[in-house]
Amino acid sequence: MAIRDRLSGNEAVAIAMRQINPDVFPAFPITPSTEIPQFFSQYVADGKVDTEFITVESEHSAMSACIGAQSAGARSMTATSSAGFAYMWEVLYVAASCRLPITLACVNRALTGPININCDHSDSMGARDAGWIQIYSESNQEAYDNFIQAVRIGEHADVQLPVMVCQDGFITSHAVENIELIEDDKVKAFVGEYEPEEYLLNAAQPIAVGPYDSSAYYIEHKRNQAEGMIKAKDVILKIAKEFKEMTGREYGLFEEYRLDDAELAIVVINSTAGTAKAAIDSLRNNGIKAGLLKIRVFRPFPAAEIAKALSGKKAVAVMDRCEGFSAVGGPLFAEIRSALYDASDRPLAVNFIYGLGGRDVTTSDIEKVYGDLAEIAASGKAGETYRYLGVRE
Amino acid sequence: MKKMPEINESINWKDITPGGTVYEAAYSLKFKTGDWRSIKPVFKEEKCKQCLLCAPVCPDCSIPVVDGKRLDFNYDYCKGCGICAKACPFDAIEIVKDEK
Repeated sequence: MAIRDRLSGNEAVAIAMRQINPDVFPAFPITPSTEIPQFFSQYVADGKVDTEFITVESEHSAMSACIGAQSAGARSMTATSSAGFAYMWEVLYVAASCRLPITLACVNRALTGPININCDHSDSMGARDAGWIQIYSESNQEAYDNFIQAVRIGEHADVQLPVMVCQDGFITSHAVENIELIEDDKVKAFVGEYEPEEYLLNAAQPIAVGPYDSSAYYIEHKRNQAEGMIKAKDVILKIAKEFKEMTGREYGLFEEYRLDDAELAIVVINSTAGTAKAAIDSLRNNGIKAGLLKIRVFRPFPAAEIAKALSGKKAVAVMDRCEGFSAVGGPLFAEIRSALYDASDRPLAVNFIYGLGGRDVTTSDIEKVYGDLAEIAASGKAGETYRYLGVRE
Repeated sequence: MKKMPEINESINWKDITPGGTVYEAAYSLKFKTGDWRSIKPVFKEEKCKQCLLCAPVCPDCSIPVVDGKRLDFNYDYCKGCGICAKACPFDAIEIVKDEK
């Protein structure tokens, strides 16, 4: 029997980590992810895990220690947010290029400038090209479930890539919600042991990790790395299927909510999906055909599947909780609109930058977006595609 | 146990090792790293007094010493840094353009 509890998103992820029982956990605290290593260090002190917990002096060192540990053959993980995440930047690329399946809990927070501790997606979005698999979570339940699946996805022989599981800072990381936990022994059996084919502590086969690459080899290594990301899509779906068999909870590359017969759709990431679902229910009661596509997997980007799901809609709003300063829209918009280029029946598409630095997003904000979409659908013209939601004009 | 493929400039992206991991000890012996060189040292044996000040300052191992005597340069690994020429008190090492 599953265990019913009520937990914050941070504690839920910390429990997933305790159940996985990693070999090494280097961490440096930063709001709003601090609680994850805080809870975990308590598990270490209480003898509930066998993990080597390393209190490093920075996030750059946290990720570097993960890289060293994982290369040695140890399953390693860490957690971070915002500026701390940005401080890992250089070594995020090293983890991916060395094909080390480290898992990272990213609790999304705005990047500094101006300084702000609240939720937006500028931290993980900025690292979207680092070569990490990115999985996003609407709720504490999804953050927990995704983290357990992440270990299996990254370590799969076809993939061998690091995975970050993201959730919204404070909104889900600190809000306490009901949750269904899986029994410890079931999680243990699901994730299994980390058994890399080769690793530094294997005396029987000495190896060297992360050597210098000249121009005669670098592009071949990058193409080889890209193949891991291409293959990750099928692996993510395969692991999700196994996870459903264990828990009954279903996961795909994205979630469609009342999207099938929708004429107006929004695309959203993380907790705002919950707000949007409530707005959609209310709009549907008034006869408006509103629907939602919630991104779960952003890397690899499921372009063909998204194009198919949004094909035939009249108007689509892509919601970016992140500025890209391209002067034409945010990063999610760029990717969704690029995917729609291949759609058989392309909808009109606009972008909304919203919720930056923790600005609240309410159901009436989302209804306003659908109001704009209704006007776009009626006029047949997208108008200005680069829009802001909830900014004081 | 993974077998180390032969790494040379004709290897394709499918056969190259993920992340460039090297699955064999002493594999660096198979890589001639002297091809970075644009200038090279030339050993003038007639001026050499075998003082051996040059060999220990070489950042690689491009000045072989056998039975207390240095031999000619090992150009497979010499990057042409020129430190040996600076160290030589007898003008027995001349730096010239490396024509390939």
